[in-house]
Order: sequence, then structure tokens, then C-alpha cells
Amino acid sequence: MNDALLLTFTMLVVTIVLAWPLGAYMQRIFSDQSCLAKRLLGPVEHAIYAAAGVDAKADMSWRQYALLWILFNLVGAVFLYLLLYFQNYLPLNPMHFGSPGVQISFNTAASFVSNTNWQDYGGESTMSYVSQMLGMAVQNFLSAASGIVLALAMIRGFTRAEKSGIGNLWVDLVRTTLYVLLPLSVILALFFVEQGAIQNFAAYVHVDLIQPFLHKGQMVTQQVIAMGPVASQEAIKLLGTNGGGFFNANSGHPFENPTGLTNFFQMVAIFLIPFALVFYFGHRVKNMRLGVGILAVMLLLFTPLAILSQQQDLAGNPVLTTIGVDQKNTSLLAGGGNMEGVEDRIGTAGSALFGAVATGTSTGAANSAYDSFMPLSGMVNLLLMQLGEVTPGGVGTGIASMLAFVLIAVFLAGLMIGRTPEFLGKKIESYEIKMASLAILVMPMLVLIGTAVAVSLPGGRDAVLNPGAHGFSEILYAVTSPSNNNGSAFGGLNANTTFYNLLTGLCVLLNRYLAYLPLLAIAGSLAAKRRIPASPGTLNPATPLFVVFTTVVVLLVGALNFIPALGLGPIAEQLSLPTAVHNTSSIGH
Amino acid sequence: MTTHHIHSASFSWRQLGRTAVRESFRKLDPRVQWRNPVMFVVFIGAILVTVIGIADLLHGRWAEAGFVWAVDFWLWLTVLFANFSEALAEGQGKAQAASLRQARHEVTAKKLREPRHGAAWEEVPGASLQPGDYVLVEAGDAIPSDGEAVEGVASVDESAITGESAPVIREGGGDRSAVTGGTRVLSDWLVVKITSSAGETFLDRMIRMVEGAARRKTPNEIALAVLLVLLTIVFLVVTVTLYPFSYYSVHYANHSGTVISTTVLVALLVCLIPTTIGALLPAIGIAGIMRLLQANVVAKSGRAIEAAGDADVLFLDKTGTITFGNRQASAFYTAPGVTDQELASAARLSSLTDDTPEGKSIVLLAEQKYPEAKETLGDDAKWIPFTAETRMSGVDAGGKELRKGAPDAVKAWVKEKGGQWPAEIDQIVQKVAQSGATPLVVALDGRGLGVVELKDIVKPGIKERFAELRKMGIRTVMVTGDNPLTAGAIAAEAGVDDYMAEAKPETKLARIREYHQEGHMVAMTGDGTNDAPALAQADVAVCMASGTQAAREAANMVDLDSDPTKLLEIVRIGKQLLMTRGSLTTFSIANDVAKYFAIIPAAFVGTYPQLAALNIMDLSSPQSAILSAVIFNAVVIPFLIPLALKGVAYRAVSAQALLRRNLLIYGLGGLIAPFIGIKLIDIVLSLI
Repeated sequence: MNDALLLTFTMLVVTIVLAWPLGAYMQRIFSDQSCLAKRLLGPVEHAIYAAAGVDAKADMSWRQYALLWILFNLVGAVFLYLLLYFQNYLPLNPMHFGSPGVQISFNTAASFVSNTNWQDYGGESTMSYVSQMLGMAVQNFLSAASGIVLALAMIRGFTRAEKSGIGNLWVDLVRTTLYVLLPLSVILALFFVEQGAIQNFAAYVHVDLIQPFLHKGQMVTQQVIAMGPVASQEAIKLLGTNGGGFFNANSGHPFENPTGLTNFFQMVAIFLIPFALVFYFGHRVKNMRLGVGILAVMLLLFTPLAILSQQQDLAGNPVLTTIGVDQKNTSLLAGGGNMEGVEDRIGTAGSALFGAVATGTSTGAANSAYDSFMPLSGMVNLLLMQLGEVTPGGVGTGIASMLAFVLIAVFLAGLMIGRTPEFLGKKIESYEIKMASLAILVMPMLVLIGTAVAVSLPGGRDAVLNPGAHGFSEILYAVTSPSNNNGSAFGGLNANTTFYNLLTGLCVLLNRYLAYLPLLAIAGSLAAKRRIPASPGTLNPATPLFVVFTTVVVLLVGALNFIPALGLGPIAEQLSLPTAVHNTSSIGH
Repeated sequence: MTTHHIHSASFSWRQLGRTAVRESFRKLDPRVQWRNPVMFVVFIGAILVTVIGIADLLHGRWAEAGFVWAVDFWLWLTVLFANFSEALAEGQGKAQAASLRQARHEVTAKKLREPRHGAAWEEVPGASLQPGDYVLVEAGDAIPSDGEAVEGVASVDESAITGESAPVIREGGGDRSAVTGGTRVLSDWLVVKITSSAGETFLDRMIRMVEGAARRKTPNEIALAVLLVLLTIVFLVVTVTLYPFSYYSVHYANHSGTVISTTVLVALLVCLIPTTIGALLPAIGIAGIMRLLQANVVAKSGRAIEAAGDADVLFLDKTGTITFGNRQASAFYTAPGVTDQELASAARLSSLTDDTPEGKSIVLLAEQKYPEAKETLGDDAKWIPFTAETRMSGVDAGGKELRKGAPDAVKAWVKEKGGQWPAEIDQIVQKVAQSGATPLVVALDGRGLGVVELKDIVKPGIKERFAELRKMGIRTVMVTGDNPLTAGAIAAEAGVDDYMAEAKPETKLARIREYHQEGHMVAMTGDGTNDAPALAQADVAVCMASGTQAAREAANMVDLDSDPTKLLEIVRIGKQLLMTRGSLTTFSIANDVAKYFAIIPAAFVGTYPQLAALNIMDLSSPQSAILSAVIFNAVVIPFLIPLALKGVAYRAVSAQALLRRNLLIYGLGGLIAPFIGIKLIDIVLSLI
């Protein structure tokens, strides 16, 4: 457990140390200040504007910004759909994969364009290299950039006063991709290659087995090993909190995540930009204490849950303990604990922590089978998504959604001190509250209604492979993940059915395009407002008290919606375990 | 200051309570319930459970029916408690309105043919008067409508409106010309120009305001309502989807227990949605207006009260608010060769017949210093009154000419008399003026004797009060017609943040606009017609009841006591209103945690017996657990009614300290209280 704590805190500290300069760098990139990157890549940026006929000086109203944002995503989705559907006619398809069909093409297009990266297919058995590179990898960049621009626009709402616009979408997208995502991806991809990740266009390799074995009366002597341009896609998969694996095994696959070191830096890469955006926020609103306060809210929620998840998995499965299986936390047992579904190379704690990092950031990646987690560890994954992806959440969307929570907290706190609530000099009125509430509450509605539909229809029920409360958790997870644009899969559920392809595809689109538009509306409304000077009577949000209050608000709003569902899923499962001996009270007797 | 508040007019709590109970049932009308979405959900839930209860009885399911009816009983009580709290607050307003209405009885008016005293008049019903008509009101007559006195002087009994029994003087022209319909002339007569048509008078509007008919939702109230409605919708989804979840768990996952019943789902829903704040929200708003009324301030809209809580710049008139209003003699400074007593005696003599407060204070100071020397003036004494041209007053007696007045005026007089004017006097005058006081020079027969220092006396305790305001982030600006020197000295002594010297209506208006530009919200008081533009511009504009009609129109509150310090109290009430809403919302939401711990294990223990581990309150049975939560949810409303009506305790401390305090009481308290409450109710239930 001490090693798990050490791992958790080292990962967080390293991320913060790297995110701090990145936040300062973003401050330069997205302002008019000059810097080395702009001198080097500036001509490329301007060439893009010139080629696309974009007026980089134009300022867009929030409605324009939002409309173009949707159109941009729509074009991307149509392109991806066509690319996948017709992949059998396109080059770089050494394994001659056929068209994945309408359902997978739709589900994947919706999922990758919205930064969800829910995968109802196995990459190495479905997708050609051109689909992976021109389809998935491109959307990995663009969907991440689409998320980040939400944060940029929303932050502008706070920094601007009496302006009608919230920025220029094209400039935001180009700068994000060109100056932030591309350079970081190149660095990370090179590091992964150095560590052993592969990067090639080769056909799959047949190798002789060291230990041939008998299967259904036949001697199996060979194994097929999938190849591909993995490292380049892996980097942006993590940096953009995308999570769609090149291979079906995702970050559990040694070609995606070859070593303990890459596992560590995969987690750092996932957290890097969400953290950096919080610092960027601090720079832009000229209140770094507030930025740090928001990061503190995120970590106050994330850290205890991540540690609980690891503790539960490290403690092992009590059912196995009762029949005398050794699950000791020793190096001989690869760290021990609940090793079901866990890679030996990574171990239980590294898997549980990775799960928390991925679900806390709307990253669909996984390096283990979440379905095999202990019930409470699985619940941590669920809860981190159900809190609304704010711990720290996906790139851009995380801080933007968190700011919606902050507005609600500011509103309540403001009333409690007897003033019309204000935040960063902007009055928070009914329009902001309406939009912030919508942004926060669309997701719980999707999850609850989606799950209710799934458990009520045969199409939803029949896909479940496990009985009992665990089966309920599987359905709940299968709806929660796409409804949060997370994309990670719990497993134990046959998700590639017409029912789930449709349900998850809809959840993905509804959340992405309903929950985040109100945030742009808030940005527009705030940017138009006059700035009010601060006084001792103004609520100062950059205080420990307010940090704790906001944390409780996120927890209450997030958790209250899901307590009954979690009670029927992971909690019921946990309490049914043999070591969970409780003094059963008189209730029910 | 008056202690006779109008609210004490005519109601008792007992009577009010009885009326409110009756009203609670009358408010069960769906059209009334619809106005409060949160409580409407409870209302529908109660109806639904009633239907289930009847069905259970018809089918002879006696065992279920008992529980269903018990839950239903408390659901209906929840609705009634909410109605009661609103009715109680409204009842206060209605009692008030009734006492005001007594003043508005039908009157006949003496309508003048021509707008002058002595012109012919005819008797017409008061209701027929139009703005622009002229009426004559004589001793014993009621003033038929709001208007402006254009001629005459009269003493008027305004107790019907202000509750103040002492009559006030109203006269044609000037700042005391406004008269209010429903008040009564006690002596003499007035010619009044009518300014409001029937039904639109000050009294009418006041009645409407307190009755709540004109009550519009305020901006913060709307924002809060939006949040509450959205939370309600989400919890509706939470409970509705719980049925399929439970169905799946019972029939597919675990194959044991029973599916959650509609009654339990309704109980859970009612416990989860913010009923506490939803029930009390209307009462809190009305109570805010009533508290203001108890301070003898009539707000023209609820919005104004809310703005009062937000105001962060207060424009305070120096006179009456910061100082006692009159300058008082505080010291004598002699010219060379003159004794202190000589000067004091001369100053006293020159002021003996001076009736101004300044003059009286000079006599008082001289007599305090030299009680034995009390000369009197001879019969031949001739009083020279103060005029704007001479700017001196004095007395000619026994062949002596005594003068006191503005330094330059007295100097000119002395020079004219060929007298001596020692340079020291100029120095003293300058020194006194620099200290912020007013120098008066006393001269005898063309010889300057010395200087009397007149000082504005700052009210005791006012400095501490301003310091408190500063802590709350409110800036105080002293407004005065004094010169910058005097104003600066008093401002420093009183501890205001800023001051406006030589303030004129235009400069006040300009300054308010400046503050607006910077994003501040300004509160001010005013009375004169020339204050009207500034009042119209200010966010919180309080007009004195004695103010002119124009000022009353421009203001959004009227202070019936005409007390300039009232602004501070208004700000307090405004803040209290918002704080009460915020605190009870937090309390309401925090309550949900405990309710989950009561209801979830109870609802699902049949399917998953292990969930009994979540019954951390150790409630005696699932049915008792659910019922206890519903009962707690209901009774917490009447428990909090006094708080809603009184407002949460208010302290002049920083935002940080205030938030910490309220979070501790209402946030943490809201988390813990229901655990204790539900457990206690469960114990009581298990004893029955």
C-alpha cells in the first residue's frame, strides 16, 4: 500500500511539475505575446489561415462559435464515417480488412469525434492502417483541440468585459493543435518508441510458439502478432484524453505500453494538459491562487478515490482468501492483490491507479480489465465519471465543467453572505445558473434514463454476461462511460450489438453537444458583462474554505444522483463479499 | 425617533395563525400550487399516493394500506406546512394592508375652479379627481389624494401612514410641500395640486405592496428558483429510473425481494427534492418586505430590497446621519488685549435674541464658562437679524453696537467703522477654518474681539459603524454642502471612506454615474426635489416621507420616519434576505445525505439483504425508516418558519467570516441534523 501511495503522489507531483511550465507556455501561445514556438511555426499557422481563407482577426459571438464548433465536428464525423466504411477500397490495409459496417462506422465516428473513444471493435482485427492514422489519430488531435477550445472560450468569458465575442474558433483550434498537441505528441511518441512501442506499416507477423499447445485436438504452433503505427497514435491517445487503443487490449498491450516507465508516463500524459489548463486559467484571470484552488478541488476528489481503488484491489479478493489463495503484496506475486485481469508487468496498484486516472479524465484507455476490479474499485471508476468528468476531466472540458460547478458553488456561497453572487468580477445571475445547471445535469439524465432503458429492454439485458448486482454495474458502466465522453469499457457486456451501438452512440452525441454548448453560452454572457471591482465584502474563492465547499458541492450534486444506482450495483456486490461481515441491523428482519 | 411602528397596528399572532391555517387549505388549489414547482411535485405525489391508498382499501390490502396512508398523511402535511408558511407571511401583510385601508375611506373633495385660495369650489367624490386638479383642504378635512401643496401652511396628521402621532407641517412650495392621500389636516388650510389619480396614490401602492399583489420575483429569487427546478427535475429522473433499476434487480439480477413500490418512490422523491427551501422561499421574500416595513420603510418593489443587500457604496448626508445636524459653539479665541470673559460676554449678548441653534449654543457655552456673568439687555436693545446680504447679526443696546458673523463680513463692517482689525484675528480665523470648524467673528463698536469656533459634532459611535461597513466591503461617502476644508475635517473625524464637498444635485448625479462606471452599486437617501435625478440614478434610493413628490417618485423606497441613518438598516435587511435564502438552500440540499441513508437500505433490503449495513442510523424497520424520513422532511418546514420570517442572524463581518459561519451552521448542521431527527422520529414511531 505504501508503494501505491508513493506511486500516486509521485505521478501527481511529476504531472504538476510538468504542467506548470506548460500552463505558462499556453499563456504565451494563446495571447499576442511572442515566443520561440510562434517564431518557428508562425509561418505554418498563417499559411493555414491563408489556405482556409480564415480571417484570424475576426471575433465570434458565442452562437457563431458554437455553430462552427458543431459544424467542424460534423464534417469530421462524416469524413471519419466514410473513411471507415470504405476502408476496404483504400491503401495501407495489409490485412485486407473489410468494411466494418454501418453500426461500427457510426458508433466509432460519433465516439472519436466527441473525444469519447468508446470502441465496440478490436483495433487489430477491424481497422486498416489508413483508418487508424487518417481516421482515429486525426480525430484524436481534432477532438482534443475541440475540447480545449471550450476551455479557452470559457476562460475568455471571465477575462473579457463588455465584449460581444468570445474569440475565434479557427485560431483557437489551429493554435491548440499546432503549438500544443503536435509538439507534445512528437516528444511522447519518440519516448514510447525508445521504450519499445512499435511504429511500422508491416503486415502482421507469424511467430513460432515456444510452448506449442493442444487446442480442440489441434496442435497450435504459431501466433499472429499485430503490427502498425502504434507509438504515434498512442501519444495523442493519452495527451488528448482520448483513450481509443490501437489494439483491443489498449494500454494493457505491450506494444502500446511496453514498460513500467511508460505506464507511469502514460498516466502523467493523461493528466498533463488538464492540469496545465488549470494553471493557464490562473494566469489568464491573474489569480493563480484561484487556479491552484481549482486544482485542489480536483485533487481532493480524485486522490482519496484513487487510493481507495488501489487499496481495494491490493487487499485481494476475499472469496479467494477464504479458499486459501495467496494474494500477498509481494514482488513474487507481481505485487499481489486482485490479479484477475491485471498485467503482471503493471501490477494491481498500477492498474487501479491507471483506471482512476483514465476515468477521472474522460480517457477511454485501460491497462487492465476494469470488469475484474473489486466492486469498490469498479465503483471508483464509475463515480469518477459520474462526478461529471471534472477530476480533472478531459482536456478543456474538465476545467470548463468544473467552472460550471464553481459557478453553482459561488451562487450558493454568494447568497449565504447576502450579496448577488459574483465570480471574478462578473455577476452570476439566472442565465448563468440555468446554463451551468444544464451543463451539469444533462449527463446524470442521460446516464439514468439510458440505464433505465437498457435494463428494461431485452436488447439491453441480454448483452449482460454476469448475473447479479455485477451485471447491473456492467450496464450502468456501459451507459455512464459514453454519456461522459469517457469511452472506457467495463467489459462483461457484449457492447457490439445494434442496441448498444445505438444507445452508446446517442449518449455520446447528446452529452457532447448538449452539455457543453451551455458552457459556451455562459462564456458569451459573461464576456458581455461589466466587471465589478472586488471589495472585502466580495466572496474570495481562492481560499481553503471555498475549495472545501466547492468539493462538497461537486460531490453532492454528482453523487446524490447516483447513490441509488450505485447501491444496486457495486455497493450491493461489495457488501455480499464474505469478509464484509457487518452487524446486520434489525432492518429487513 | 419614533418607536411607534405601523406593524403594531392591528394584529395578533394567534389570529394571524388561525387565518393562515384556513388559507393553507385554500391554497390546495392546483393553480396556486403550480406557481411553486417544487411544492407542485409534492402535491402531485400526495395525490398519487392517495389514489394508491384508496386502491389498497378497495382491494382489501389492509397491511399495505396502513403504511401508504401514513406516508400520504405526512405528504399532505408537507404541502400544508408550505402553504401555512406562505399564508403566515402574507397574513402579516394583509393585516398591515387592512390597517392602511382604514385611512383610504371614501372622501369628498373641495375641487377648486381656479388654483388659488378663495376661489369657488364644488364638492366632488375623491375618486373622481384627476392629476392636475386643485383642491382646498381645511382643518378637519382628509386629503383626498396625493398631491403637492401650492399655497398655505397647515399642520397635518400623517399617523395613518407613518404611525407617528405628532403632526407635521406642510406648506406650499419648497421641500415640505408633498401631501399624502389619506392623511388629515388638523389646522389651517392648504391648496393642493393633485398628482396621482385614484388607485395610484402612495397609499394605494403601499397597500398593494404589503398585500403582495405587486410582488414580482426578484433576480436572485429567479436564479435560485431555476436551480431548484432543475434539481427537482433531476431527482424526478433519479426516482423514476429507480423503478426499472429495482425491477431489473429483483427479476433478473438477484431473483429475490419485491420491486420498489410507488409509495416509496414518491416518499424518496419528496425527501430528495429541495422541499425545505421550496416551501419557505415565498415566505422568505414576503418576510423581507415585512421586516423592512417594521423598520418603517416601504419598498416599492422586492427588487429594491435585494439591491440594498448588494449596495457597496452608501451616499450619506452629513447632516443628521453623521453629525447632529447643527453646528455648535465649541471654543472662544480672543484677539490680543481682549480677555476670554470679555469675548464670551460679548458673544453671549450678541446671541441672546438669536433663535438659531448656533446662537443658542453660543449662549450656552458662554454661560457654562462664566455662570456668574449673566448680563441682560436693556429695553432699548435693537435686534439686528442675519440676512444673506450682511451675513452678520447682532444687537444695538445701551449705545453699543455688537456684531457677530462671517469673518469677511465683520471685517468689512469694522473697516467701515474705522476700527482696528488685528492681523491675529485673520490667523485665528484661518486656523479654525482649517480644522474644519466654522469661525464666527465677534466685534464691538468697530473693534474685533475674537473668534467663536462653531463645530459640527459627529455622532458618537458612528465611526465604529463605518468601520463595520468597511469590513463588509461597503464604502461610505459623506455628502455635504460644506466647503472642502470643513468637509474633509469632518470626514476624517467620522471615518468615512470618501466625501463630496459643496455637493450639488448635478455633482451627486455625476458621482453616482462614476461609481456605476466602476461597477459599484450605490445607495442614497434624499428628500428635496433637486435630489430626484440622483435618486432616480441610484440603485437603492430611499426618500424621506417628508420629501417632495418628485423625490418620492424617483426613489424606490420611502422611509416613513425620515431618519437618515435608516440606510444602514435597509442594507442589513437586504443582506439578511439573501442570506436566509442561501442558507436554507444549503441546509435543504445537505439534508439529502441522511435521507438516502434512511431510505435506500429500507427500499432495497428485500432484494439485497446485505444493504442493511447501510442502515447506519439503526432504524427499526424499513417502513419506519421511510416514514421517519418523510416526517422529518415535513416537520422541518414549520420548525424553520420562524427563521424564514425573522431572517438568519446577521453580523457585520467580512464575507469570509460570514461564509464560514453560515456554512458551519446551515451546511454542516444540515448534514447532521436529519440523522438525529430521523433517528428520534424512528424511536417515537417504534414506541407507538
